[in-house]
Amino acid sequence: MSRTHVTCTINGDPAEFLCEEDQTLLDTLRDVVGLMGVKEGCATGDCGACSVILNGRLNCSCLVFAPEAEGATIETVEGMAGPDGLHPLQETFLEGAALQCGICTPGFLVAGKALLDRNPDPTEEEVRYAVAGNLCRCTGYDKIVRSILDAADRMGEAAPAS
Amino acid sequence: MPATLRAVLRGLESALSSPPEEELRVRFAMRYVAPTSIEEAVSVLDGAVAAQVYAGATDFIPQLRMGRPEPGVAVDLKRIDRLTDLRREGNTWVIGAATPSARLAEEDDLVAELPGLVEAAGLIGSDQIQSRASLGGNLCNASPAADSVPAMVVNDGRAVIAGPGGMRTIPVASVVTGPGTTSLASGEFLVELVFDRPPPQTADAYLRFIPRTEMDIAVVGAGARLTLDEAGRCQEVSVALGAVAPTVVMVPAAEDILVGHTLTDDALKRVAAEASAVCNPIDDKRGTKAYRRQVAGVLAVRALKLAADRAARTGS
Repeated sequence: MSRTHVTCTINGDPAEFLCEEDQTLLDTLRDVVGLMGVKEGCATGDCGACSVILNGRLNCSCLVFAPEAEGATIETVEGMAGPDGLHPLQETFLEGAALQCGICTPGFLVAGKALLDRNPDPTEEEVRYAVAGNLCRCTGYDKIVRSILDAADRMGEAAPAS
Repeated sequence: MPATLRAVLRGLESALSSPPEEELRVRFAMRYVAPTSIEEAVSVLDGAVAAQVYAGATDFIPQLRMGRPEPGVAVDLKRIDRLTDLRREGNTWVIGAATPSARLAEEDDLVAELPGLVEAAGLIGSDQIQSRASLGGNLCNASPAADSVPAMVVNDGRAVIAGPGGMRTIPVASVVTGPGTTSLASGEFLVELVFDRPPPQTADAYLRFIPRTEMDIAVVGAGARLTLDEAGRCQEVSVALGAVAPTVVMVPAAEDILVGHTLTDDALKRVAAEASAVCNPIDDKRGTKAYRRQVAGVLAVRALKLAADRAARTGS
């Protein structure tokens, strides 16, 4: 069976991979590209563990066929930390103990980033709606929500509105 | 025989009677095709034995996971510009069949003119799903509980369909023929949805009942649209209900009761009774028949009131 060649941009870097035509982007990112931060939970779009930002929009990578990524821009949790250290969301998740087992964490971080990218100063309600597509069975969500709000505050202080 | 031994024997029995995993079955992997024009898509479908068109795959991939056999070819319609478009064209709004729901809420003029349609599409799933889910997919998946369909129907939406015989346009209301089935013929696919821009003093609304705040399937959905005159009397009224019958049901009596009148408590009480009466619901884990009937009446009235408030605010 011949494989499909896909050229795209992953976390800012040009990337190429070979995939089966019925393979999901989730399986390809993990098994071919080696980005293990993208987690498989339900594989049916309910849990958000496989969240990535695809062409600027938050997506469940389990609901995307890999060949669709041709020409796309993909952001995963692996691309969140910069040269100067962790992303503010990653810092506040650590400080606020917003994780226990950790399997949902990359998805929450990516969903949190997608929210703060378009809404840098969200209300608690907006945060709760923004992560409604991410399931966590450990924390009860409160610490996650507070950590996202804390990150928004921290990013707001670092870059005051002009 | 001790109960535990019986349980073990039952387990063995079922293990032996169930067929082994189908490892020997020859598997033809699904092909992926992404045509970039309507003509190309038509010809792909024309030549394919078992093709499935899809937009966001938010229903398609979960169905494959649930054991639906893979089609020979999955035809991704999102590379066709017209299918992911959203534009105002003359006196209409034209929304590509595969345009993601998130796009609708970002179009301020559309939100202002067809708020009920936008809120119905916006209720479908999480932010992740909103990036992929589309009006066309919601319609063609043909779930009785599809949120956007009652909202499209009250706005007299038209579905533009492409196929081997060319293009044709039919009312959105005649696309779905039953749970999971549509009137689209083999080789046909939905291109776009067209809605007239509302005249003055006109507005729509969609309300859904679910027992939680987010991320659930409608127990009942109600779409309403109306046009008011200067005195606040209804000139045109349309009410459609979802999740209470195999397909969306209209409440024609709402028009008879309300046209020429304001939304009085008495009139709305009669509309609620008529809405409950047209339902043909099922009992399931989301609600009983009686409960769905009751909620349908309540939601229809609330949707009408919301649409009336909006219509009054749009001015003439």
